[in-house]
Amino acid sequence: MYEQSQTMLEARLAAHRQAQPTAAKIEGVVRSVISTMRGDLSAHETTLLAEVEELGRTIAAAKAEIAALQVDDITDSHIPSATDELDAIVEHTASATNAILEVCETLDGLATELMGAAAETLNTATTRIYEACSFQDITGQRINKVVFTLKAIDRKVAHIVSTFSCGEDVLQPSASMLDVSLSDESGLLNGPQLPMSAMGQSDIDKLLASFE
Amino acid sequence: MSIDKSMNVLIVDDYKTMLRIIRNLLKQIEFHNVEEATDGGEALAKLRAGQFGLVISDWNMQPMTGLQLLQEVRADARLKTTPFIMITAESKAENVVAAKQAGVSNYIVKPFNAETLKEKIEKVLGHV
Repeated sequence: MYEQSQTMLEARLAAHRQAQPTAAKIEGVVRSVISTMRGDLSAHETTLLAEVEELGRTIAAAKAEIAALQVDDITDSHIPSATDELDAIVEHTASATNAILEVCETLDGLATELMGAAAETLNTATTRIYEACSFQDITGQRINKVVFTLKAIDRKVAHIVSTFSCGEDVLQPSASMLDVSLSDESGLLNGPQLPMSAMGQSDIDKLLASFE
Repeated sequence: MSIDKSMNVLIVDDYKTMLRIIRNLLKQIEFHNVEEATDGGEALAKLRAGQFGLVISDWNMQPMTGLQLLQEVRADARLKTTPFIMITAESKAENVVAAKQAGVSNYIVKPFNAETLKEKIEKVLGHV
């Protein structure tokens, strides 16, 4: 009897291993384990049963916590709204930067009509403005990294919820999630490093010189 | 060695604001013949159709990256000796090494200043 139950349990476990694990399937395995343990139990089996029951309670608690998360709000509203806000920041700073550049180009034009020190002073000033305006490229890249991360979180949250939803309505990926494909980004790099971990130009020059 | 500043320079970046900044900085150091491309594919087509003395390219572009553009340039019999400067926010050693192994002439990390740009251009063109 015990051997027969064990064989059936092993067969069910093997079938579960083949399939995608879901909370419902895990619960099924737990129930199967419990059903094989009826009758006189040894101390070892009692401990095992207690652990299995605890596992069942943990799964139930996790399901309750996930249900309380109101993931629909996160995936349908919060994350798309946050990414839209960040996109708007990039757009507005790009617009402001282009306005600054336009003025700077006008000043450059004036510099050609000036002579000597005045022309040089104006040129130095406009050069510094051009240099400073490159901030927009760096901040844009940093913000795009954050947007990409938010979309990845969105995708992961939906995946976790669909795994644990057990017959309830499975969340569909939001439009923002579908925009993101890791493979699309595979040829790209990581964008700007944070100042504390980035190599400076002098470090790069030394590295390049080491090849010569 | 004097540098021929009348040469055609191709700048490549998918960020139009950055193209505008680099064009203006080049103008200030008297490179007036500057053409632009917004990705590697467009840049390659322009390079094959024209005569350029220098390429200044970003790395992070789609669908063809700056590194792929560099590899294509170095594999092209007519273009392979064209000086190629990479300007990028990627400052990891492995990126620099990959670019060097692909044949980059010099590497500028963003954010950069006009002096660095001028110095690297002079160094690269001085070696031609």
